[in-house]
Amino acid sequence: MRTHPTLGRFLPTLALTLACALSAASVSAQTLRIGLAEDPDVLDPTLARSFVGRVVFASLCDKLFDVDEKLAIVPQLATAYQWSADHKVLTLKLRPGVTFHDGQKLDAAAVKFNLERHKTLAGSNRRGELLPVTSIDVVDPLTVKLNLAAPFAPLLTVLADRAGMMVSPKAAQENPSGFGAKPVCSGPFKFVERVAQDRIVLERFANYWNKDSIHFDKVIYQPIVDSTVRLANLKSGQLDFIERVASSDMAALKADTKFNVARITELGYQGVTINTSGNEMAQKNPLGRDPRVREALELALDRDGIVQVAVDGEGESGNQWLSTANPFYAKNVPLPKRNIERAKALLKEAGVPNPSFTLMTPTTSDGQKVAQVIQSMAKEAGFDVKIQATEFATSLNLADKGQFEAYLLNWSGRADPDGNLFSFYGCKQPLNYSGYCKPELDELLTKSRSTLDPTARAKLFEQVAAVVLKDRPIVYLYHRKWLWAFSKKLSGVRSIPDGLLRVQGLKM
Amino acid sequence: MLRYFSKRLVAVIPTIFLVTIIIFCLQQLLPGDPAVILAGEEQDPSVVAYLHQKMHLDEPLPVRYGYWMAGVLHGDLGESLRIQQPVLQLIKDKLPVTLELALLAMTIALTIGIPAGIISAVAKDTVWDYAANVVALWGLSTPNFWLGILMILWFSVSLGWLPASGYVSPFEDLWGNLAAMIMPAFVLGNAIAAVLMRHTRSAMLQVLNTDYVRTARAKGLSERRVVLKHALRNALTPIITLGALEFGTLLSGAVLTEQVFSIPGFGKLIVDAVFNRDYAVVQGVVLFTSSVYIALNLLADLAYFFVNPRMRG
Repeated sequence: MRTHPTLGRFLPTLALTLACALSAASVSAQTLRIGLAEDPDVLDPTLARSFVGRVVFASLCDKLFDVDEKLAIVPQLATAYQWSADHKVLTLKLRPGVTFHDGQKLDAAAVKFNLERHKTLAGSNRRGELLPVTSIDVVDPLTVKLNLAAPFAPLLTVLADRAGMMVSPKAAQENPSGFGAKPVCSGPFKFVERVAQDRIVLERFANYWNKDSIHFDKVIYQPIVDSTVRLANLKSGQLDFIERVASSDMAALKADTKFNVARITELGYQGVTINTSGNEMAQKNPLGRDPRVREALELALDRDGIVQVAVDGEGESGNQWLSTANPFYAKNVPLPKRNIERAKALLKEAGVPNPSFTLMTPTTSDGQKVAQVIQSMAKEAGFDVKIQATEFATSLNLADKGQFEAYLLNWSGRADPDGNLFSFYGCKQPLNYSGYCKPELDELLTKSRSTLDPTARAKLFEQVAAVVLKDRPIVYLYHRKWLWAFSKKLSGVRSIPDGLLRVQGLKM
Repeated sequence: MLRYFSKRLVAVIPTIFLVTIIIFCLQQLLPGDPAVILAGEEQDPSVVAYLHQKMHLDEPLPVRYGYWMAGVLHGDLGESLRIQQPVLQLIKDKLPVTLELALLAMTIALTIGIPAGIISAVAKDTVWDYAANVVALWGLSTPNFWLGILMILWFSVSLGWLPASGYVSPFEDLWGNLAAMIMPAFVLGNAIAAVLMRHTRSAMLQVLNTDYVRTARAKGLSERRVVLKHALRNALTPIITLGALEFGTLLSGAVLTEQVFSIPGFGKLIVDAVFNRDYAVVQGVVLFTSSVYIALNLLADLAYFFVNPRMRG
């Protein structure tokens, strides 16, 4: 008698479980599951600061513009743009009939609201990017005017990233302190839920302006930090796509008939930032004091060798802030070859045949590998490199205070060269850890920002290169590749250099 | 008993107060400015300044502690500045996951560890004893992450029986939940089982040599009754303490195992928060887990009364 109620309870549970399992199987056919290497930070485009967050935004929040495979600006929410004759006013034509996920209209007033929010919200990370924009005018419901203090060439690429992402003004006003936990944008997928460190679930937005390009009902982003486990999930069929595959796994994946791989050279770089500031730590060390010692260090390094050892060849040697394939690569300073003899001669000339310095490195295995290769290569020229593995937050702080001699640092990169340059070389700029400061360089950098003509800009970048690549406050090493692996069934994967997967056109 | 228990309960209050001070001060020992790391790649000075103000970083230490404690006493543990979610919400999200993992791991540990310890003690110096010791040694010396990755490669990638990682709520899909939890629970339980086995064995050996056990045997009681009813009950006291401590540790999150299996529990939460200098999350979660730890110890004390009549005095 007593077993019946239990059985009675158990049977429906079993039936429910079976039903769930069956429905889960049918749902998963329309669900795209993406494995991320980290858990994104706050999902508010104004406050967001991580690379991995941008991967999620690519499905969630549309931008005014986008970039294509060749980094050319293409329309997204804005269909056309026009610069005024003095390049101080940018007029944008907006796409008609676009709505946010909450049904609100995306019009010129919404764009004005968003750009002002980026500029004024406390803690905004977009403020600096939009600094030259002084005011925004609504011309008509589909036309908006951005007034600038001075011409600003990187503006369009800035609007093709988080600063160009539009959120629903109504939702942002209703929930000012918790918007990032429940974002409302106008992208192809809308926010459903987020369980920190577990998953971010998005579902198809039925009124998306470009809905024909969307072939999934749901996208689930799952942060899985360990690259072996991320790959195991792809192999066991629990994920359809993973980003940042370990370089050591690429060869085996390429040979596997069930998966496709993609390699995209990053917009950023890996390099050694050298403390060249006037502070005591820099002046005590020949590396920080004498540009000849820095040149010797560069000549002692075999970049191809570093790429081979550190990332199994999945990178591109580079000597500048952008890769050799980029149209803005300064051709007047080509990639130098390793030259130990010249390095030794330079050190002799500088009067320090055996300089010693400490290289602060991240604790990651890649970082350690790069540091060790540098150490052994530089030794051949007479350098004594001490490696100091430092936890990231601590290293950033030491760099910020100028308490380092050399710092192995990477930058995720921006589509416009300015994003890889200005903050790193401008006097007193926030990312200028090397403390390098030259008024004539500042002038060149400012000029490159206000010059819109690409040919004239490229000439300016060559002048910049002639200065900084001679003084070498940063010795650039290589550009990583964004390594992706995905199921062979997944088609329509586009390799955009920013390393963000676009969901438009993806099909299974 | 009630007096003893209420005395212990009163002692908890200053303990927790002390814990809050320790957590807060230890956190300050973390090198680096939290605002700098939270500001992200761009390092916009206005963002750093804003975070300084928001986290009261420019105020003296006691004032900051005061701000935090005032929140805690009002049931507000603060907000994660990195992902803009209340810490209490994060704890609520992670608690069922961590609790389930801890319970499953503990069940596995108890079902393997205690019987193995008993067998090994009763059959001392026989092949059973040696076998149990070898298994225990293996359990103690196998690193969790290694065993975890090995199991994933075997059961998920090669055989395809179990999901490689992740968490499914039991209310959504019970089987899916068990399938996802069995490997991490085994990895965790395996190591604890070994510790429990070793302790059960030594406690049992000690008890089995006492006079009252000899008397029980002389009275003609069956060996089964002697071992399970008379000896085990006395031997259990140290094992309960150990079990409670191990369970408490499990509740504060199993960092490596959670990382390998992508289980969104306390361990991952704390580690991420420490690396990102998300102070409110670290403080809130550590305060919560240490309170649970203290409560578990209190319960263990209480449990002695039930298994050991001498303490009821």
